[in-house]
Amino acid sequence: MLLVLAFGLGLAAFTPGVAQAQGEAVTGTLQTSRSGPIEGIEVVVESTDGERIDAVESDEDGRWSVDLPGPGEYVVSINADDLPEGVTLSGEESRTVTVAEGRRQPVNLGLEDGSRGAGGGGVRAVQLLVDGLRFGLLIAMCAVGLSLIFGTTGLTNFAHGELVTIGAVVAWYINVEGGISLIPAALLAMVVGMGVGALNELGIWRPLRRRGTGLVAALVVSIGLSLTLRYAIQIVYGGRSNPYVQYQSQRAVDYGLFNLTNRALFSIIISVVVLVLVALMLQRTKIGKAMRAVADNRDLAASSGIDVNRVIMVVWMMGAGLAALGGVLLGLSDQVQWDMGFRLLLLMFAGVTLGGLGTAYGALVGSLVVGIFVQMSTLVIPDDMKYVGGLLLLIVILVIRPQGILGSRARIG
Amino acid sequence: MGELFDAVAIALKAGIGFQAIFFALLAIGINLQFGYTGLLNFGQIAFAMLGGFGIAVSVTQWGLNFWVGVVIGLLAAVVLALLLGLPTLRLRADYLAIATIAAAEGLRLVFRSVSATEITGGTRGLAAFNRDFVALAPWETSKRYSILGTSWSGAELWVALVGWTIVALSCLLVWALVRSPWGRVVKSVREDEDAVRALGKNVYVYKMQALVLGGVFGAIGGMFYAVGTGSAIPDQYQNANTFLAYAAVILGGAARVLGPVVGAVLLLFLIQFADTLLRTLISNGVIPEGLLTATDVAAIRFVLVGLGLMLLLVFRPQGIFGDRREVMLDAR
Repeated sequence: MLLVLAFGLGLAAFTPGVAQAQGEAVTGTLQTSRSGPIEGIEVVVESTDGERIDAVESDEDGRWSVDLPGPGEYVVSINADDLPEGVTLSGEESRTVTVAEGRRQPVNLGLEDGSRGAGGGGVRAVQLLVDGLRFGLLIAMCAVGLSLIFGTTGLTNFAHGELVTIGAVVAWYINVEGGISLIPAALLAMVVGMGVGALNELGIWRPLRRRGTGLVAALVVSIGLSLTLRYAIQIVYGGRSNPYVQYQSQRAVDYGLFNLTNRALFSIIISVVVLVLVALMLQRTKIGKAMRAVADNRDLAASSGIDVNRVIMVVWMMGAGLAALGGVLLGLSDQVQWDMGFRLLLLMFAGVTLGGLGTAYGALVGSLVVGIFVQMSTLVIPDDMKYVGGLLLLIVILVIRPQGILGSRARIG
Repeated sequence: MGELFDAVAIALKAGIGFQAIFFALLAIGINLQFGYTGLLNFGQIAFAMLGGFGIAVSVTQWGLNFWVGVVIGLLAAVVLALLLGLPTLRLRADYLAIATIAAAEGLRLVFRSVSATEITGGTRGLAAFNRDFVALAPWETSKRYSILGTSWSGAELWVALVGWTIVALSCLLVWALVRSPWGRVVKSVREDEDAVRALGKNVYVYKMQALVLGGVFGAIGGMFYAVGTGSAIPDQYQNANTFLAYAAVILGGAARVLGPVVGAVLLLFLIQFADTLLRTLISNGVIPEGLLTATDVAAIRFVLVGLGLMLLLVFRPQGIFGDRREVMLDAR
């Protein structure tokens, strides 16, 4: 639906009517999603010094192929005036390609049918809405832990983003270096993430609570932890961004109003399922009720026989595991980077603040709004500033309704 | 042994050069906000960025005088402080923290974005705006001078001299402020907001004044950094630097006039020493390439800062000179 390129796949070789050759050739397909394959466009191939090799017309499937005298550089061009109504070239009329020995070189002459950009504003909004939904669910999954940790312990955990990064990076090592498929790798990363969460609680926060460390001191400690972990990850993992080995070259599937790769679809499904499970757990199970009780009033919960430390432990493990899973999904859509978690953390804060600090459902609602807002904002602001929109939203929320959508006034001081 | 001496010399230069001035001024601002008033400004680096770019943009893009640029930088910092303080200062301490860190990251993203390239130079930033300032130096700025085994250009010496003068004046100002009635109110805000309110003081206004003043110190620090490096690049203003300044405040001792300055000098000396030593050890092959490479060293400083911050807060929150009772540990 969006921009559809003239896909130069090797398929041309199987098309009847196109010469089959063992030698070098350039091939391609001229089509866009709205117009379908474009027939009868003249494609001219010349050598770099201007000597014409051949000129062919694209067939009924939009395919074309030209045999070449040998390897080297060639110029492939079409005439933009030949294109049917509504279809334009997204780039130059001609493209220079280097053909290696014995290779059928696919050539990508970019065509546009106006479904992206000015022409398809409404459709683009739907597309961004769906992307935003995916992103918002992802933020929500990461932020549930942040919000519950705040609710149960009062700690604003600035190191929560690093739990996201750790999940993504661990899965990357297992997947890319270990050669294990991504789904088990993600599960392993979740287990590692839960372990890191438990270590966090056992090694740092429980002893600090026992010492009676104040909230502000704890806040600065979490900043220190965040810095340490973030830059330690940079040292170990490096500053580059890397993809996972699977599910990378998926083509978007057309759903009418929007396009979605299968990995994005599964990201949405996984997030929804996980979040529903979390909600059910909070609502129905004993430990979930205990969590809400501790978040609501810690002393009252303790005096009614709830083991507060155990509940906090479970919250940490659950939150960290969810953050790790969120990290894997984020790595799947945006590649794995050493500071991905920190950047997401600020959006998580925006989401959690919008929904109401300390409430699990608030984190969900707020994150969804933030995710959709961030993606939709690219309708009016450039792509590289979209996170800024989310951060601005955060400041606006603080002005208008600091307790958030579902929060209570008592919490905000 | 010679290498160790070199490392000490380089570290010494960092400890008294413009970087130390930069962090000392950031830390003085943070000390005023965090140490005395109990405000958590986690976006101090944004104020520094506005200061640095205030000069850089005014001089190179708008063709204004250097000193007009200084004024613009300071005004921008005041405006940012007001914008951040207005919604958050009535709320719990952590709301200000979240809003400021978000603003710092957001501003950096805006400054480095493609759409801002025409004004801020995008990711490549701006350069060549400090000529007017360097020209004021009473000595030859292009010559190099040797002090204590370190080599300085005349311009660097000039920046350092003016910088430390400003740091000294700032300390004097903070000293005078905190022993004034204003300082007493601000310190009581840190200890017990409600009590201050009960005495009829407008807590909100005092907090706002502290936030603005601290932000202005941050902006001045950013100006020295921009003038010292001779360039202003958005990615130099990573938010991790804010926490380096926090570490300096806590190391020196929060709520002490000279604490942040001593902390900044000491911290930069230590970091630069570790930095140089590690680089030497790597290039000598003492540390194998597989374990650490020269590019990792830049990240190690923040790992150390993070660890130091945690350990200090847990085991010695008062730092070197602080008073444990005065360090704000238990805010609401």
